[in-house]
Amino acid sequence: MTDFKSAKELLVLCGKERKISEVMRQRECDFSEAAPEEIDGRMRQVLRIMRESAAAAIDAPVKSMGGMIGGEAKKLNRFQSGGRSLCGPVIGRGITFAAAVLEVNASMGVIVAAPTAGSAGIVPGVLLALQQEYDFSDDRMVDALFHAGAVGYLAMRNATVAGAVGGCQAEVGVAAAMAASSAVELMGGAPAQSLDAASTVLMNMLGLVCDPVGGLVEYPCQNRNVAGVAAAFTAAELALAGISQLIPFDEMLDTMYQVGKRIPYELRETALGGCAASPSGCRFCR
Amino acid sequence: MFISVFDVLGPNMIGPSSSHTAGACAIAHLAQKIKSGRLKEVEFTLYGSFARTYRGHGTDRALLGGIMGFAADDVRIRDSFEIAGERGIAYRFIPDEKETDVHPNTVDIRMVSESGTETAVRGESLGGGKVRIVRINGVSVDFSGEYNAVIVIQRDRPGVAAHITRVLSDKGVNIAFMRLFRESKGETAYTIVESDERIPEDIAGRLLENSNIRDVMPVQKEER
Repeated sequence: MTDFKSAKELLVLCGKERKISEVMRQRECDFSEAAPEEIDGRMRQVLRIMRESAAAAIDAPVKSMGGMIGGEAKKLNRFQSGGRSLCGPVIGRGITFAAAVLEVNASMGVIVAAPTAGSAGIVPGVLLALQQEYDFSDDRMVDALFHAGAVGYLAMRNATVAGAVGGCQAEVGVAAAMAASSAVELMGGAPAQSLDAASTVLMNMLGLVCDPVGGLVEYPCQNRNVAGVAAAFTAAELALAGISQLIPFDEMLDTMYQVGKRIPYELRETALGGCAASPSGCRFCR
Repeated sequence: MFISVFDVLGPNMIGPSSSHTAGACAIAHLAQKIKSGRLKEVEFTLYGSFARTYRGHGTDRALLGGIMGFAADDVRIRDSFEIAGERGIAYRFIPDEKETDVHPNTVDIRMVSESGTETAVRGESLGGGKVRIVRINGVSVDFSGEYNAVIVIQRDRPGVAAHITRVLSDKGVNIAFMRLFRESKGETAYTIVESDERIPEDIAGRLLENSNIRDVMPVQKEER
């Protein structure tokens, strides 16, 4: 049985030969007793839904259930086509896709929770933007999703991915760590570099509170997904440049968890504090 | 408990919330497997965060969709009010913000079939689309739908559990978990058996040979 309980164990399993995505796929095959083709098929379905949800709102914007968002992806896309994008093509597309997925989610469209619905835009945003820029095959994208899954699994196992438990850092922070780590592998980095990138993201998003206006997965969730994409790309870039991190991912995950537990109740998905309690946000209180 | 890569990248779902939308749908989807007969009327009582935010999360549409057998990623959930209308299913939602002695995302589902049979199910949405059923017709149970299961409604009498295990063994079903719940001594009891394999559909006939068994409901795990 291929299994690992920490990033440290994962790196041992990778050794010098194997990628994180390979180890994670093997683990899934071993435990689920399913054939690799079946598991790859399910992951291709995940990729399909991600791609559709990232594209849909760019062409056909929809108003959200709570009425707070809708149309942002289209606006971003139009602005970026005008040649004045500050973010450049990769981050620019990444944030547009992320905004689009949150828009689809908030209007009862089909999405893949990654790891949660409120943070569902980041993994597809980062990975699909890289695919567009570098023409990666869908097989490579499926690998990238297994890799992202490995990082998210460690967060679920050893910390939390629930905003109600650990704040937004546990949702958007973990999603961005998953995306950053996977992006490093996709761009040819080593497993240790990947996990350094994941560590960097958690560090940079440490303490982020979960304060949804009106208690709905709309605002500031969509903005935070956009920020998560940017955090993932900057962390991946550091890692690929050969900058290693002082604090390993396992420790950073535990740190995130400890900080999360200390976030006051009002700032953990209860809509009682933060943006939700601002005068303008409170117009959506009941 | 094994955390699958598809627990991380998943569920595939209709937004906006894995607990308030996908989880709500999953609870109702399990509940409709527990009822018998064609559904005529359904009433949802919502507690805690469900009661406060159900409209903005589409919890109502998701519950109604689930009760009509839609999975959490079925786009028909958006139109479940209209579809329930077409199917002649009467529905209502009652937010109860007073009751606080429950899990924050709890729903009571009361179903009435065309023949007038009533079934009441309480479910909790635990986050990430995970759910559990905690009450059936007033009896406390614990059941997640993550395994293939068979729910047996019986009278609390000696020998019933032995009969159930004998039939399962004859059918080659390996029991992963088996739990008994009862109202009170000698009254209605529930046996919930969970298994890795599919429960043979013809198991009900064999189980009902014991006169103390009143109803048998196989609840198969969803094929993904």
